Amino acid sequence: MMGRTIFIDPGRCIGCQACVSACRECDSHRGKSMIHLDYPDEGHTVASLPTVCMHCEDPVAPCAEVCPADAILVTADGVVQQADTTRCIGCANCVNACPFGVPKIDLQAKLQMKCNLCYDRTAYGLAPMCATVCPTGALFYGTVEELQAERPGVQVADSFTFGDVVVKTGVAMVVPADKVQWPVPGGLPIVQINGADVT
Amino acid sequence: MTAEQHRAPVPLDPSIAPPGTRNFRDAGGIPADQWHADQNGETLVPTHCCFCGVQCGMYLRVDHGGKVFGVEPRNHDINRMRLCPKGINAYQQVNHPDRLTAPLMRRSRDEPFRETSWEEALDFTVSEIRRIQDTYGKDAFGLLGGASLFSEKTYLVGKFARVALRTRHVDYNGRLCMVSAAGANKLAFGIDRAGNPFSDILLTDCLLIAGSNVGECFPVMTQYVWGARDRGASLIVIDPRETAVARTADIHVALKPGTDAAFFNAVLNVVVEEGLTDEAYLAEHATGWAEVRAKAAEYPPSRAAEICGVPAEQIVQVARTFAGAEKAMAWHARGIEHHSQGVENCLTVINLCVATGHIGRPGAGYGTITGQGNGQGGREHGQKSDLLPGGRSIMNEEHRRQICEIWGIDESDLPPAGTSMMEMVWQMQRGEIRGLIGICNNPFVSLPNYRVVKEGYDATEFHAQFDFFLSETAANAHVVFPVTTWAEDEGVMANAEARVVKHNKAQEPPPGVRTDTWVMCQLAQRLGAGDKFAFAGSREVFEELRIASAGTVNDYYGITYERLEETGGIAWPCPSTDHPGTPRLFEDGRTYHPDGKIHLQVVEWHPPMDPYSDEYPMSLTTGRTVAHFLSGNQTRRLGALVEQTPRPWVEVHPSLGFRSGDPVRVVTRRGSEVFPALVTEAIRPDTVFVPYHWPVPTSANALTIDALDPRSKIPEYKVCACRVEAGDAVDLVPAPPVAPGHTAYPETQVSRTDPLPPTAPQGRGTAERS
Repeated sequence: MMGRTIFIDPGRCIGCQACVSACRECDSHRGKSMIHLDYPDEGHTVASLPTVCMHCEDPVAPCAEVCPADAILVTADGVVQQADTTRCIGCANCVNACPFGVPKIDLQAKLQMKCNLCYDRTAYGLAPMCATVCPTGALFYGTVEELQAERPGVQVADSFTFGDVVVKTGVAMVVPADKVQWPVPGGLPIVQINGADVT
Repeated sequence: MTAEQHRAPVPLDPSIAPPGTRNFRDAGGIPADQWHADQNGETLVPTHCCFCGVQCGMYLRVDHGGKVFGVEPRNHDINRMRLCPKGINAYQQVNHPDRLTAPLMRRSRDEPFRETSWEEALDFTVSEIRRIQDTYGKDAFGLLGGASLFSEKTYLVGKFARVALRTRHVDYNGRLCMVSAAGANKLAFGIDRAGNPFSDILLTDCLLIAGSNVGECFPVMTQYVWGARDRGASLIVIDPRETAVARTADIHVALKPGTDAAFFNAVLNVVVEEGLTDEAYLAEHATGWAEVRAKAAEYPPSRAAEICGVPAEQIVQVARTFAGAEKAMAWHARGIEHHSQGVENCLTVINLCVATGHIGRPGAGYGTITGQGNGQGGREHGQKSDLLPGGRSIMNEEHRRQICEIWGIDESDLPPAGTSMMEMVWQMQRGEIRGLIGICNNPFVSLPNYRVVKEGYDATEFHAQFDFFLSETAANAHVVFPVTTWAEDEGVMANAEARVVKHNKAQEPPPGVRTDTWVMCQLAQRLGAGDKFAFAGSREVFEELRIASAGTVNDYYGITYERLEETGGIAWPCPSTDHPGTPRLFEDGRTYHPDGKIHLQVVEWHPPMDPYSDEYPMSLTTGRTVAHFLSGNQTRRLGALVEQTPRPWVEVHPSLGFRSGDPVRVVTRRGSEVFPALVTEAIRPDTVFVPYHWPVPTSANALTIDALDPRSKIPEYKVCACRVEAGDAVDLVPAPPVAPGHTAYPETQVSRTDPLPPTAPQGRGTAERS
């Protein structure tokens, strides 16, 4: 049973970037936003969706697994923290390993930063800043039961396929009820490798 | 609770996060607004956002030194913690390096500004007022107020114009906002406000949104829209653009700009034809139905489909969905109001609501979504050219007598009605108005037909502005008075629901800065009317405003600062201090006309004022973008918002052959400008869209037409004839850099606390408690 976490509902995103601004206000990131907006169908619609750290559970946090400096800690409750400033060497392995494209490197400081689920707020039981302010509920913080009580019939997914690899995440995504697949395709579909059709 | 108590540090309640809490999934059960983070010595001042008419509740974070340095969401009824990017970044303007902190003055526009003393700036202003009025008459001096001011200040603007300046020429920038809706509501219902609270949206079965890009203009309202959707309500969106909300609608009617009245007449036609009217309600509560019904008969869907450029079946579908719902609501905004028949457009929506019996019930009714924070309250107490406090008419002898008694002036000294904001600019152009004071407005960006506006202002012999940043309009002035931001004073605003909310003072203004109230009182004193302006601050003004509104439709008498702090907001009318306020109107079926009836009005559609031709075959429509607010004087200085939307663009359909980023020249009869293209299928092929928050040379309002609605005198911003052509890349204005001092995140905040140790599994706060 999924606990209290973030649910991303792209159908509700209006692209306002309140989450981006709110993330900047979070004490733990010191003025930098750890969220970005994707525009998946530019030129056709103005559709957008926010990308936060998905806090991968299984396999446990690829970013942490590949970190040569053991700088990325995963807490017992599944939160993948940002890099320890005393350990991070700014090598960007985590950037390359993340299937969702989340961690960022400050090249000047040689330091990785990423969403840590507003641990300084969630430890108090508060919602992360992004989900607190999201004007539309595109980012929702709570349990799946709370989400479904508010939005009857809503379906969520917390497993994503990348080729042959399935990644189970601590953050979940709302998916259209009539298109529920398990697991959900993650990232862009791979159609060609070195010019060869692999579909 | 008093304001002082609000500002007192609130100690952490140990019960809110049990010691040893380690699992974020287990932590919970904390009331959402119980976060009072004082471990860093912060205080949290409850207040509201300074921007749009939703008026979201927020806390301003105040540091040890009494300076605002951040924001924290607040669980207020209206927004339930949510904020949009403007609200989150608003606090950054309070201590922004661009703040004006000393009066600026020059005796001629050829000279540069120099900083001066308050004494000299006030004396010079008064000497110029006297010179102009002695030479050309009292009405040669004008006053333009603003709808972002607290209601106390808007009350003072109206009183200052009529009692201290004794000019008829006073108006405000809410004239550019929702006056069409106000006019329509007054005609139909005898009261100028939305009929229902936002919370009724959650109860409706069918929500019709006309001419409102809710997602970008009022993002926090979206939670109500999708809350209704979660309950299964249908959503109808009328908009030439497929906005974020339109994209999710059951029916999106992408009609041609300027054809709303034809569309709604046709919807009513179908409602009548299919027997979906509520004849019992109409017979008991409305007048004029026979005439409205006869006019609707002239608009069969086939005719409207041709005018509006939408399928006739869609019109039928809208009629059946709206009329067939058990409870339906219609909300509209500038998209149907910014027209030369803005009042009539709103009346057609009212006709539809009333004919189908969707009025005066939970989940059934109408509303208009105010653009400016105090767009609703800003006109209620005498800032508008034809209104006296309490929404009294300046043309009504009895109303004039009542106000003269309260103000202690002779009836013959009270000037008659003046002209509207755009008309005042024309009068400036013609030399009829020779001097002007502007308070909290920026017409150089916000009025249509920039060339005319510039000529008008340049023709004045004296111009003064109150502002906290040097706006494009202030840069034209002879005197600029540096005044407070919303966080440095207290006062009330009325949001789009007519809910009066209280803003609290979070910090002392910087040295050299004064409140608008203080400046107006000082000027009044020097003009010899000091006894009528002996106000120490907002609280005293509000007490007079309450009395001045007592017994009117806009009755604030029962609203006090203390009640507002206790309740989180009260909707007027509120005639006594034990009255709960009136969130929903007409529940008893009675309106505010003497006969208690709804006065339905016949509307005939007419084409927009700027005619299409072979040379100008397309429609230009304008609007807002989520990162910026109105003329952008405030938001174009905040780094995060500038980075988000650095410059305007022109939205064009792919069929026009441009690629995104191409320079596109938009040409109207007023001029032309070049914008980068945003190619999208989300707009009609015959229409282009440009957001209007920027000054020339990328000003949408350099291109729009200064045609006015004959009743509301609102300009026709939302449609004018244009053509688009390939522009030259050299004409593309580069995106402004985010200059030092305009950073998204002030230094004070970056260094205010130690960062959370990234590897601390238990979090900072928990560690301190365990």
